[in-house]
Amino acid sequence: MDIFLQQVVSGLATGGIYGALALALVMIYQATDVVNFAQGEMAMFSTYLAWTLLNAEVPYWLAFAATLAIAFIGGLLIERVVIRPVESAPVLAIVIVCIGLLVILNSMAGWIYSYIQKPFPTPFTGRPIRLGNVVFGAHDVGAIAVTLVVLVLLYVFFRYTPLGLAMRAAAQNPVSSRLCGIRVGWMLALGWGLAAAVGAVAGMMIAPKVFLDPNMMSGILIYAFASATLGGFTSPGGAVLGGLIVGVVENLVGTYVGFIGTELKLTVALAIIIVVLLVKPSGLFGHAVVRRV
Amino acid sequence: MAALLEVQDLRAHYGWTEVLHGVSFAVEEGGITTILGANGAGKTTTLRAVCGMVRTSGQIRFGGQRVDGRATEDLVRLRIAHAPEGRGTFTHLTVEENLKLGAYSRRDRAGLAGDLDRVYGHFPVLRERRRQLAGTLSGGEQQMLAVARALMLRPRLLLLDEPSLGLAPLVVREIFRIVRAINREEGVSVLLVEQNAAMALELAGQAYLLETGRVVVSGSAAELRRDDTVRRSYLGY
Amino acid sequence: MTVATPEVAVARRAALVAAVPRPWRLAGVLLAVAAGCVLPFAVSGFRVFQFTQVGIYAIALLGLNILTGYNGQISLGHGAFYAVGAYTTAIMIDRWNVPYGWTIPVAGILCFVVGFLFGIPALRLEGLYLALATFALALAVPQILKYFEHWTGGSQGIVLSKPEVPFGLPLSQDQYLYFVTLASLLVLFVLAWNLLRGRTGRALVAIRDHPIAAEAMGINSSLYKSLTFGVSAGYTGVAGALSGLAIAFVAPDAFNVFLSITFLVGIVIGGLASISGAIYGALFTQFVPNWAQDISKAAPWAIYGVFLIVFMYVMPHGIAGALRLLWRRAVRLTGTGPRS
Repeated sequence: MDIFLQQVVSGLATGGIYGALALALVMIYQATDVVNFAQGEMAMFSTYLAWTLLNAEVPYWLAFAATLAIAFIGGLLIERVVIRPVESAPVLAIVIVCIGLLVILNSMAGWIYSYIQKPFPTPFTGRPIRLGNVVFGAHDVGAIAVTLVVLVLLYVFFRYTPLGLAMRAAAQNPVSSRLCGIRVGWMLALGWGLAAAVGAVAGMMIAPKVFLDPNMMSGILIYAFASATLGGFTSPGGAVLGGLIVGVVENLVGTYVGFIGTELKLTVALAIIIVVLLVKPSGLFGHAVVRRV
Repeated sequence: MAALLEVQDLRAHYGWTEVLHGVSFAVEEGGITTILGANGAGKTTTLRAVCGMVRTSGQIRFGGQRVDGRATEDLVRLRIAHAPEGRGTFTHLTVEENLKLGAYSRRDRAGLAGDLDRVYGHFPVLRERRRQLAGTLSGGEQQMLAVARALMLRPRLLLLDEPSLGLAPLVVREIFRIVRAINREEGVSVLLVEQNAAMALELAGQAYLLETGRVVVSGSAAELRRDDTVRRSYLGY
Repeated sequence: MTVATPEVAVARRAALVAAVPRPWRLAGVLLAVAAGCVLPFAVSGFRVFQFTQVGIYAIALLGLNILTGYNGQISLGHGAFYAVGAYTTAIMIDRWNVPYGWTIPVAGILCFVVGFLFGIPALRLEGLYLALATFALALAVPQILKYFEHWTGGSQGIVLSKPEVPFGLPLSQDQYLYFVTLASLLVLFVLAWNLLRGRTGRALVAIRDHPIAAEAMGINSSLYKSLTFGVSAGYTGVAGALSGLAIAFVAPDAFNVFLSITFLVGIVIGGLASISGAIYGALFTQFVPNWAQDISKAAPWAIYGVFLIVFMYVMPHGIAGALRLLWRRAVRLTGTGPRS
């Protein structure tokens, strides 16, 4: 039972990270019908920037905040400069641009920082937390807390502020949004900025566990796809919940099902994707797109 | 009375096809002008042209200044409100959120609560459904929501695109009554595009008749109502 | 009432093609084929191998284009069919000593069946969801290949020997394989051209653009879509078989998700819903990564990524699409051809 709880909590920690990246994917998908394949690499690159700051002796939380700001601006600029020229092109063309971005970021990270793995510090150093017989890693609990804070802030922003409302409107119905005076292009850019910042949080929380290297996020991206598929690509909340479920399931399967080594752990993610798509493609919380004749 | 909106020789294109061939009309300050015509005559295109949603050439003057070529968002800031064809409601947002979006571009946010009250006053059914998702409203209610959202802008000019489309006559009457009240009490000028000529001519002061992208008849609504030839040939009644 | 609807585009394209007199079109194709036949004698051994790869990719890309470009079903998993084709060839030659010539059609037919069967549950999925399902398939391929070690030789793969040049023809092995590929390519391309320009092609496009209207017109969408999946997989399977022969080696890690993404990139760059697009895409896929490496040894993929992005800015409808646009402008300027 103790091991079970420990694995659940550990799973929630990684699951929160999957969910955060999945949220970033869903945010952009809802606004543009494009899956941003480069989301993971953007997060990875942001994490490297954080590493650079930390290496320069910047205190952790200052570096954290600065990285979020840089990631936000970076995401915004990428939308305005890289995506905007093709925004009215066929969807697949935009997907190719995202793939191009993926490749560029990965390559640049490898070139600037080399492919050697680097350790990344966690701010949650400290003794493991004990509750009776159960031991929870400090970083795990910390990561859950950080992810929660980010999600709550986002939720409040989107639900209760005029700008958040305008962004939701722009994602749902750009034409009507223009008629309300909303500058849809800038709303998109803000969306990309926020998604990039969320991705940076995910990157900085996972790096201490898996070590920093340019290919760090590729596996995580796949888990994020599984999470978004499970939760529903049309539901931001669902994506996060999907992430938590995937994280917990991945951990429990790894612990209790013997022959699943790390190689086949990915299979769990794939199995989830396939099963969900066969049973309910729109995910647990997504709504099926109803097409009007 | 000076014209609030003056349109001269408006040509509009979809792709390479010209659909408006030099349309001219005006909306007077505080007046209601209606543009009539059959399907495909170019009525909706005219409204979209005024709003900067299609590629145009020609002159559009609002409050004396040239506004042709400006982006939709900028025209909204000049307080031109458009209730588009098909209502254009944000179906996944609540009624109240839809209304708040109508006021998004206003600099003077202070009066927001008061404006909501005013609008709910015109459309009490919206107040009942304020927390419902807009997509769950009936057609008539969504049309009211579209007009209400436009009013939240405190517009100088209200563009209404076929508000009667798909609605029961009783509901249409109610909406037109409210539009008349808004025009009289708050001085909002109205440009109404309609297929339902009878009701539009009862409401409007000036009328223009479009046929395949050209104005073929124009005059006061009263004149058009009286003219039998026009009624029978163009308006079908 | 926009002018840019797909049906109008298809009609325009047909009109533009018709604007070129038949003899000229035929001459153009024959010229290209002739150039293709001369090529292996004009370039060095390694280049011949590269152009064989171009031909192989072109077949694979045409397969994917039939499914994604013409029929609108997005597949991020065609690497799986490529792998099935390659391994079919490898296993048949290595285990059962089947002559290599037979392995190619067998690979094609096997992949057709597999693709058709995959196409049936895929009917329920659209757009993003189909892309996700095929993406998961692509990810699973290397692992599945490694799992069935007994058949596939596991991580180490299967080594083959290159086919001998028959009948004592004065060709090197590379040149012979080039011509085998070229012949397969011509047969398959002509087949596709025939299929796509007639009723079948129109049915596929109709299903892509207005599925409900297509059904209402009596097109059996489900059957067409599954068959299209099968045909598409069959083409890619043949390509995989040829690649197994050309490289003389198959191993699981060569058939990873990156391969499937490369195919998708290839058809978008080449031009969706275009047969010639498959060739342009294949040329891009084979040569641009090399150019990128020439430009920058340190970060070649960054250059490749820049290429991708710039291409999409300049030609969002692919190379074939851009050429079509240029042709249309030329026709307009010279006043020949149909009035638009």
